[in-house]
Amino acid sequence: MGNGFDFNKMNDEYYDVLREIGNIGAGNATTALSQLLNERIDMSVPKVSMLDFSELPDVLGGAEVSVVGIMLSLSMDIDGMMLFIIEEESARYMVSNLMQCPPSEDGTFSDMDKSALSEVGNIICGAYLYSLSQLTGMTINASIPSLSIDMAGAILSVPAIEFGKMGDKALFIQSKFGEIDREINGYFILIPNVESYGKILNRLGFTDIT
Amino acid sequence: MKNMIRVGMADLKVCESPGVLTTLGLGSCVGIVLYDSLSKIGGMVHVMLPDSTKFNHNENKAKYADTGIESLMENMLGVGAHKERIVAKIAGGAQMFAFSSDSDALRIGERNVEAVKKILDTKNIKIMAEDTGLNYGRTIEFYTETGELLIKSVGKPDKKI
Repeated sequence: MGNGFDFNKMNDEYYDVLREIGNIGAGNATTALSQLLNERIDMSVPKVSMLDFSELPDVLGGAEVSVVGIMLSLSMDIDGMMLFIIEEESARYMVSNLMQCPPSEDGTFSDMDKSALSEVGNIICGAYLYSLSQLTGMTINASIPSLSIDMAGAILSVPAIEFGKMGDKALFIQSKFGEIDREINGYFILIPNVESYGKILNRLGFTDIT
Repeated sequence: MKNMIRVGMADLKVCESPGVLTTLGLGSCVGIVLYDSLSKIGGMVHVMLPDSTKFNHNENKAKYADTGIESLMENMLGVGAHKERIVAKIAGGAQMFAFSSDSDALRIGERNVEAVKKILDTKNIKIMAEDTGLNYGRTIEFYTETGELLIKSVGKPDKKI
């Protein structure tokens, strides 16, 4: 390998750039979500953090907490994945809002619910990726979304493994969406592969990172 | 709950009876339990990738199937386990997201399981039981007193192997 991006070389400047990508991306995504739900949604400043694998599941409230993950695989100029994770309760709220019906009483998601959630993920990730593409001038092709409702630890193992190829830490961009009286907790995880990470940062003016 | 020893991602631990080893929310990673039933010494490693030789950053031995199993063995032998008596149980290696394209990154669970089996085979360690693959996460608990591995998943009954 050797031609990849080295996380150990990260400094504050890189964090700032990544935070800015997160900010713009999540901003667009929030607008998209707000239009979809037809409600005003606020977003907090995204938190960019570099976490050890051992701390990973704790960001979502514990490895065994059930969450909804929507994943798109990326190709063209950036290879990798984009993952959008929402807490189960937030997902339930979004679905009932979208479908204009109360959440199911047994706490499960119907096929229709899942399909709606995939679409939400698709639109949100699309908005995020669009701004990344605008910012870097790179063409990004996203696959159709795939949905998984499972333990946070299990879903996070997917990005963790990708990051594991680069080092022992994972890069997270966490965005909280808030409505007036309700909070939707969502997390974006952009996971370019090693080569693509270097490419993105190069495009943004960092030439010494790879 | 008895004293549960938590094994994190890319982590390994060894303990004696009646200790219980656990790893939470295994997805595409694989949890490998090695056990010497006579001395009742057990070990668990949570590996993320199949092969350490493919990467530059391979200092963390517990991250890879090859070096993870090797280190776990060494640690167990160091506290009195016998190599000839060690057997294995494995769990995890799920494919959390389904895609029509068979990209390598997404098939990682399957590749992890294959690598683990191959390494155990070359070390002559018998796999007593396994619960691998499919598309859901697993939390595992290994009881060194009985040698049983308990597997918990979302929306499924607990399973003992």
